Amino acid sequence: MTFDEILGIKPYEMDKDRKCKILNERLLYLTDYHKMQCPEYSRMLDAFSYKRIESYEDIPFLPVRLFKEMDLKSVPDNDVVKTMTSSGTTGQAVSKIYLDRVTSANQQKAMVKIVSDFTGSGRIPMIIIDCPSVVKARAVFSARGAGILGFSVFGSKKIYALDDNMKLDVEVFKEFLNAYKGEKILLFGFTFIVWQHFYKELIRLKEEGISFDLANGILIHGGGWKKLISEAISKEEFDTRLEGVCGLKSIHDYYGMVEQTGCIYMECEFGHLHASIFSDVITRRHKDFSPCDIGETGIIQVVSTIPESYPGHSLLTEDEGVILGEDDCPCGRKGKYFKVNGRLKDAELRGCSDTYADEYK
Amino acid sequence: MRTSINDYVLRKVNFLTGSHDDVLKICNTHARMPFDDEIMTFLNDVSVVLMNNKASRLYSDVVTFAFWIRMSSTKMLKERFIHSEAYRLGKGVVFHIAPSNVPVNFAYSLVAGLLNGNANVVRVPSKGFEQVSIIADAFGEVLESYPYLKSYVILVRYARDKDVNDLFSSIADVRVVWGGDATISELRKSPLPPRSGEITFADRYSLAVIDSDIYLSIDNKSKVAIDFYNDTYFTDQNACTSPRIVVWTGNRIDEAKEIFWKEEHDLVEQMYRFQAVQAVNKLTSAYMSAVAIPGSSVEDHEDNLIIRVRVPEAKASLMDYRGDSGFFFEYNCKDIMEIMNLCDDKHCQTISYIGHRDMFLPLIKSGVKGIDRIVPIGKTMDFDLIWDGYDLTSMLTRVISIS
Repeated sequence: MTFDEILGIKPYEMDKDRKCKILNERLLYLTDYHKMQCPEYSRMLDAFSYKRIESYEDIPFLPVRLFKEMDLKSVPDNDVVKTMTSSGTTGQAVSKIYLDRVTSANQQKAMVKIVSDFTGSGRIPMIIIDCPSVVKARAVFSARGAGILGFSVFGSKKIYALDDNMKLDVEVFKEFLNAYKGEKILLFGFTFIVWQHFYKELIRLKEEGISFDLANGILIHGGGWKKLISEAISKEEFDTRLEGVCGLKSIHDYYGMVEQTGCIYMECEFGHLHASIFSDVITRRHKDFSPCDIGETGIIQVVSTIPESYPGHSLLTEDEGVILGEDDCPCGRKGKYFKVNGRLKDAELRGCSDTYADEYK
Repeated sequence: MRTSINDYVLRKVNFLTGSHDDVLKICNTHARMPFDDEIMTFLNDVSVVLMNNKASRLYSDVVTFAFWIRMSSTKMLKERFIHSEAYRLGKGVVFHIAPSNVPVNFAYSLVAGLLNGNANVVRVPSKGFEQVSIIADAFGEVLESYPYLKSYVILVRYARDKDVNDLFSSIADVRVVWGGDATISELRKSPLPPRSGEITFADRYSLAVIDSDIYLSIDNKSKVAIDFYNDTYFTDQNACTSPRIVVWTGNRIDEAKEIFWKEEHDLVEQMYRFQAVQAVNKLTSAYMSAVAIPGSSVEDHEDNLIIRVRVPEAKASLMDYRGDSGFFFEYNCKDIMEIMNLCDDKHCQTISYIGHRDMFLPLIKSGVKGIDRIVPIGKTMDFDLIWDGYDLTSMLTRVISIS
């Protein structure tokens, strides 16, 4: 099964058995393909005495940190059209993901299929809750820039709501809402930015007597909850408070990572993240990496049918989560649905060498 | 000439034993002769307090320390280290920076300073280890009966702060820095007086060598497993003394390996608190080694508790890919000189072994750059006044020559 054939399938219509067949075929093909094309990947499989296996659950998974530690690609340098980087904090190593034309295009196509299932087909007016400068440096794409560009295809008319000082541009915002009054509007941004620079500003403006009605809006946001957890804001509270300030009801978190751009996991109306036909999640027990049962917390592994230019079709994340069920979410979408608990807890190792994580500023 | 002590800076310091005034007095405190009777009696009293404290028994490292400072033990040290007619005196004031993630190391460093006749300022770990409180309280209690020793035992805690480092460095005759390369370079920013010296414990790595025939002849293999556990998992295999590579010699390597690792696995499964992120990190290390070390292979493993990577050569460069929490390189060795490259590096510290210790003589005689300690498996953490290649007794004292 080629990726184009998978593209012909609706993203959430296949039940477990049919999806499993498709994933087996495509992912086992990708494993062999990368083994041939990427010498480092081939050495990894050899060192673990990899033998041809039958099920995609048995494909080796590369820890995402490997993409920070080394350059992994399955195409000649000439074919690389884009390098994506993760949004590491300053000083940390960042992941480098090398994309050729095909993989880059397929990321976009998969994402369109996934997101359209939530926004409806066709483009709609779009407000990007970020500043325009994030997407300016085109040679290297940060996760934030890539996310914005990826989602931009859904916008018929687009504005950036924030200026380069991350301040809400009230006039532009107001004008845009007036122009598309009564229409469905897409809002997109990173979770923390939405909270810090949009929600908080709306609260401030409301106190000044300026308020906005976004009851027709659909907000899609992602990027993780780490910073909000430190402000003690839960997902439920995030949704309630946003609705409270501007009437926004349709709010969808998504889970995704730069190492598997395109295959995002959208949150449905029932608050569950969903795996589409293009990808899957497996949670694993840390003691032996055996797959967890439904309802059991484990390390999240993600598989994606997209990556051809780099060996990233089966990855072990540093996140912890729980599979909540498969094929039976009340929203009607097929496939696994799950939740993400957050990053794995750092181990405080004993040892003679001091660790400098927080002490030195 | 002594630098005057800045009161403002001293206010940033918390005292576990001693006080602000004791710091002011420290420069006028007299050094003592090494293994001074009163110091040894004092330490024995601390040992008694620790042994009688129920809380100590929960911590094997506290009990081991209490044992090490009792009179019969320090007398043995005295016999080993006092053997010439020359007069020695402590250097004066020793400023110790203990490592932040080993609970009792600070206490050993302190006792090394005390036994050699010095007054000590010790920065204890900032983390709230229970062991630190137990030991500090015991010293505090016994000091009440030895008020004139208060300036000899000043235990302090302060956030990493250059002003405080500057202050204590300015009064130090010897500075003892644990905590590895990063801490050493941080402390080097604080100048020492011209006559003062420094003992630094830098980042190091260690290895184990097991003679397969001798291992197989040992009856109590579960004791070996415990010993190896104490050398490795007990400190998350992250101490400088923890072996990162196991070198096998002898004729029955495969047979010995199978039994050795099976025994170890059973023990680790019972004893070790293994965390998810450690599993991910070990998998990452295994893949990185696979790419970086041609011809390496990951041994089959039923779970992630022990990950072993077999390597075709024992080279120092392996250590760029070393892991922790139960991640071992393994090398089958026919001639001990095959590990020369691994040991011929200043970072190489401890060899723990099962077998004949004489087997290492060819390495030593070849003028190897590394190897400071060769100890039986299970003894890598045993503190001694010769540590990391330094004879602490000679470095913490001065010799008065009389002719």
